[in-house]
Amino acid sequence: MSAASVTPVPACAPLDVAAIRREFPVLSMSVHGKPLCYLDNAASSQHPQCVIDAVSDYYETTHANVHRGVHALSQQATDLFEGAREKLRRFVNARSTREVIFVRGTTEAINLVAQSYARPRLRSGDEILVSRLEHHANIVPWQMVCEQTGAQLRVIPMTRTGEVDFAAFKSLLTDRTRLLALTHVSNALGTIVPVQQFIAEARKRGVPVLLDGAQAVPHLEVDVQALDCDFYCFSGHKMCGPTGIGVLYGRESLLAAMPPWQGGGDMILAVSFERTIYNDLPYKFEAGTPHIAGAIGLGVAVDYLQALGLNRIADAEHELLEYATARLAAVPGLEIIGTAPQKAAVVSFTMRGIHPHDLGTILDSEGVAIRTGHHCAMPVMEFYGVPATARASFAFYNTPAEIDRLVDALALAREVLG
Amino acid sequence: MDLSELYRDVIVDHNRNPRNFRPMPGADSHAEGFNPLCGDRLTLFVKLDGDRISDVSFQGSGCAISVASASLLTESVRGRTIPEAERLFATMHALLTRDDATVDVAALGKLGALSGVRAFPARVKCASLCWHTLDAALHRQSEPVRTE
Repeated sequence: MSAASVTPVPACAPLDVAAIRREFPVLSMSVHGKPLCYLDNAASSQHPQCVIDAVSDYYETTHANVHRGVHALSQQATDLFEGAREKLRRFVNARSTREVIFVRGTTEAINLVAQSYARPRLRSGDEILVSRLEHHANIVPWQMVCEQTGAQLRVIPMTRTGEVDFAAFKSLLTDRTRLLALTHVSNALGTIVPVQQFIAEARKRGVPVLLDGAQAVPHLEVDVQALDCDFYCFSGHKMCGPTGIGVLYGRESLLAAMPPWQGGGDMILAVSFERTIYNDLPYKFEAGTPHIAGAIGLGVAVDYLQALGLNRIADAEHELLEYATARLAAVPGLEIIGTAPQKAAVVSFTMRGIHPHDLGTILDSEGVAIRTGHHCAMPVMEFYGVPATARASFAFYNTPAEIDRLVDALALAREVLG
Repeated sequence: MDLSELYRDVIVDHNRNPRNFRPMPGADSHAEGFNPLCGDRLTLFVKLDGDRISDVSFQGSGCAISVASASLLTESVRGRTIPEAERLFATMHALLTRDDATVDVAALGKLGALSGVRAFPARVKCASLCWHTLDAALHRQSEPVRTE
């Protein structure tokens, strides 16, 4: 099976975006008779041909169940699946593949930690800290575990620019705090949270830290050892990989002490009606046949991103962010929501007198795909007093010309709705 | 995809200047409609004279389709009996959701302007929210209504 089809180039050279775009079949599609302008990458990114091929090659030539058979296909499938785990380990610099658990996505990863790590430990009066900036997936699992245990959810406030209030965090961190669950990059606003300083503070009090990295991994180099976090959660489909596959990184000492989350095949060594012996890490947390093709596809997505270079991806996206911010700020009646100094390539905005939902429809008629709504971050919307925003989010394969099309389509919206 | 089919002049006008957009002290009934995904939210007030809707108004915020639809609703149901309003609800539902609907669009007057919404499936729930909310108000239903 081919790895990434891109040849590594020197780190200083900018990305050849035209060549990159040719590797993404969907980017040459038309929508409503217009070339697709895909600016909804924070919701889900698109796939290069090498990822699509990896998945279809697997189904065409290699599929069998993993970790079970002695026959050739099962061996090959297992090798590819475990090979992907090793790629993901390197991708986030985990110490060992025992710390890399395949899950359906970020949401499942957080739920796993809530139920397997937090639930057995929490007592009435204990506290879990989240920030106001969180996606619902990093709020609701904690509310559920609080309901189950009598623990309290405490919310770190956000500032007007869309940052997590560090001073308020320090005062909320007490000897009742049992866990900090924090986003690395805000999906609704694009804010890059300086998580190192939050982690350092939590460490001083021995509070473990879970990071929601769903929006971070496609755009930043993530090193879980350098971050010194305890759990790191991310999804494949936001980093050019398939849907339905993601990763929970967990510190081995914590994972080893956690009970399994789901029971079934693959997570056991021996079963009798008297006693079941659980499997070792990471399989203890992977009950049932996994998303084998998804994991293999995600491994190839990692190859692809690394061949391009995460640093060069970040540079390219930052240029797009700066260009988009300047162009959008000049649109009459447009207000950018979320103006943190450090941002991923996400611009959330409102247009005076035009509801985001109407913007979404009018932009779509021009082939421009953006997200409109609350972005699964209703507390953030409430903070700014808006029911919804429009959000354009960029990937390394987007171009300044596409941002021009976005701005032109906004002018059309003004024309249509006045 | 023809935007002018969706955002017809009548709809743009009723979005900019919604009619009967006011609270109603002493309303006989009111109901709330809320579509959390898109953020459309409205409260619909009804005053009844026996079986007849003597006044109807709304407040809230939402997209052009939801605001215009609610504004057009208030103009079209005032003075009607409850059964007449319910028949109109059924007609509007068919107009918005069924390709094979045999609705006499001309007979609907300004409400016919909403016939273009059917071609935009993601927007049907915006147009129908106020109608479901009216239905809830007429049946004095206390739970908020949603159509998404």
